[in-house]
Amino acid sequence: MKVVVGLGSCGIAAGARKVYEELEHQMKDNNLDIDLEITGCVGMCHLEPIVDIYDEAGHLERYVKVTSDKIVEIINKSLEKQQDNTYKISEIDEDALAKQVRIAIENCGIINPEKLEEYLEVDGYEALKKCLLEMSQEDVIAEIRDSGLRGRGGAGFPTWFKWNAALKEKVTPKFMVCNADEGDPGAFMDRSVLEGDPHRVLEGMAIGAYAIGAEEGIIYVRAEYPLAIKRLDIAIKQAREAGYLGKNILGSNFKFDVRIKAGAGAFVCGEETALIASLEGERGMPRLKPPFPAQKGYWGLPTNINNVETFANVPWIIRKGGDAFGAYGTERSKGTKVFALTGKIKKGGLVEVPMGMPIKDIIYGIGGGILNDKKFKAVQMGGPSGGCIPAFLDDTTVDYESLTKVGAIMGSGGMVVMDESTCMVDMARFFLDFTRKESCGKCIHCRLGTKRMLEILERIVKGDGKEGDIELLEKLAIEVKDGSLCGLGQTAPNPVLSTIRFFRDEYEAHIRDKKCPAHACKALITYEVKDNCIGCGMCKRSCPVEAISGSPKNIHEINQDICIKCGKCFEVCKFDAIKID
Amino acid sequence: MGCCGAKELKEHFLDEAVDLTLIDDVIAKYKDVKGSLITILQYAQEIYGFLPLSVLEHIANKTGIYSSQVFGVATFYTQFRLNPVGENLIMLCKGTACHVNGADRIAEAIIEELGINDGETTKDNLFTLNHVACLGCCSLSPVMMINGETYGSLTPQKAKAIIKLIKEESLSAKEGK
Repeated sequence: MKVVVGLGSCGIAAGARKVYEELEHQMKDNNLDIDLEITGCVGMCHLEPIVDIYDEAGHLERYVKVTSDKIVEIINKSLEKQQDNTYKISEIDEDALAKQVRIAIENCGIINPEKLEEYLEVDGYEALKKCLLEMSQEDVIAEIRDSGLRGRGGAGFPTWFKWNAALKEKVTPKFMVCNADEGDPGAFMDRSVLEGDPHRVLEGMAIGAYAIGAEEGIIYVRAEYPLAIKRLDIAIKQAREAGYLGKNILGSNFKFDVRIKAGAGAFVCGEETALIASLEGERGMPRLKPPFPAQKGYWGLPTNINNVETFANVPWIIRKGGDAFGAYGTERSKGTKVFALTGKIKKGGLVEVPMGMPIKDIIYGIGGGILNDKKFKAVQMGGPSGGCIPAFLDDTTVDYESLTKVGAIMGSGGMVVMDESTCMVDMARFFLDFTRKESCGKCIHCRLGTKRMLEILERIVKGDGKEGDIELLEKLAIEVKDGSLCGLGQTAPNPVLSTIRFFRDEYEAHIRDKKCPAHACKALITYEVKDNCIGCGMCKRSCPVEAISGSPKNIHEINQDICIKCGKCFEVCKFDAIKID
Repeated sequence: MGCCGAKELKEHFLDEAVDLTLIDDVIAKYKDVKGSLITILQYAQEIYGFLPLSVLEHIANKTGIYSSQVFGVATFYTQFRLNPVGENLIMLCKGTACHVNGADRIAEAIIEELGINDGETTKDNLFTLNHVACLGCCSLSPVMMINGETYGSLTPQKAKAIIKLIKEESLSAKEGK
């Protein structure tokens, strides 16, 4: 019997390590007879810790929300073939998995990322072999062109075009860089791929390197992803030993090696020229394009940079053909895309779906709908550089063109769901606060413009908004966009513009009526006790500032001058007798 | 360093007497590798826990990189700390998913429990709080990481209980010594 514990970062955070340690302990001290393996994240983070049990015949039973004190019982029952569905994955969740099309994350949560053999068993490095032995550099690029693969990091630039530009450069050496500086707060697909299937990224990079003629590869990973770095490190060593990296790879003349560079924490380093500056040991400040990295990149040499997910698609495309990949998706957005579904969603996690799927199918069909069955308000696509898509546009499809049309972007695939209790003005403030902090300071419009915009938003959520503030925000937004060199500044105003576009009434309510319709902005709400108060005293006891008075069995009262609007009374009241206005 | 900005700099960087020889092996290894400044600083922070001014000057002297560039890089990236941290480092995630699911209320709970804001250390030097952009565990939001361990699906009560427990463990470990 083989027992596989999902040990991705989110699984570990949910307690999977304890389950794994309990099994190790049982094997050592109580002679539990199993093969214990680890795997990465299958994407169903809401069900972690997940344990897969394979019986002798190789039949899989998946158990979810497993705890360390129950795991032995689950295994014993499974050994005795007893039916117990308490921890077994539900049909609905299996169905949600079946609705997806998995290419980039096909092995995540299935193979052991620390074992090369398991990657080889699922046709690992077959694509590299095919490239080196059967295809010319131009053939590889043609195959990628036929697939229609576009960069998964955000901008959606055709991958083949970049590779072709780098191939045409005659200067050597050339560099193949993997951008794993996943900075969008709310996206974690790159982490998951690196933790769950690191060899796939190495294979994708090696294929790309062969296509453009690079001999050195660098993976720029966020330092915040220690597990990803560890597993990549293991994978690189294994690949070198097995001859998939190094000299004369698979008996050919192709030579390629990869090293890891840990980033030091800067959102702007996701921009390719800033990333190159950071690789060179400098502050991560963007440089003027052209020259493009393909012409003059790392140390002024031809450099190609792709995102983790882009590389993860490459081996599949080579193995199955560009047309097979292009069969998924829409006319101009081919293939699949991994989304990190989070926020006010019942079943958050990673989902990979064909491009062109309507947003509502993802949120309701796969994500199970809105948390606590509240009303769906909007979804933020593309993080701080993107925009929100309101509920009434939930039939918008996820592809580069449709998302851009409604003012959002594909970005790296962050999909943060918001319900009626999320204030859109506050969301705009939140994103601008982020981009303001992350602006590198090179361009004045980005450095100061985002600061000024943030100040306006801060005064609006505090109830000090003025007539004309919305117009001023719109004016500044255009100036920041026009006056910035790189993607950070050019897209920083997007969350503001898109919330104004779809939720102008919320801005107006804040400015004119001094009300926050979502009841989220503290300065604009009041807590009051309703007539149905039975005088139980719960609120009075929980109030940290003693703002509530009243005798037992009588309606209590909140002193507005003392109230700090912490919301404790609202939380503890069992009779729904606290009103927020 | 004798330039005119030196005096002003000392106000921003903590100048503490540390053993500079600890970093010499790292400097020797990376001195001639182009573009290694970030790597050297990462090792320095691992050795000293933060980046003292004297270490930054030492790195500049030994590598020949302008000290302005060393300071520039040290202040640019969020990973680098210019002040020492307490025994337990709390990294509170302020990513989008955590924000939507109530990270601000966790921040308030930490203030109530420990009295520290972003970037501050408690007087007893037990805890330092850092707000971070995203820990990548968005489905478990709100999330915080303490000493590398991730705690998810937090409520203000749960966050306080976790901190209390770690505080007790730290204190009893001290008494044990």
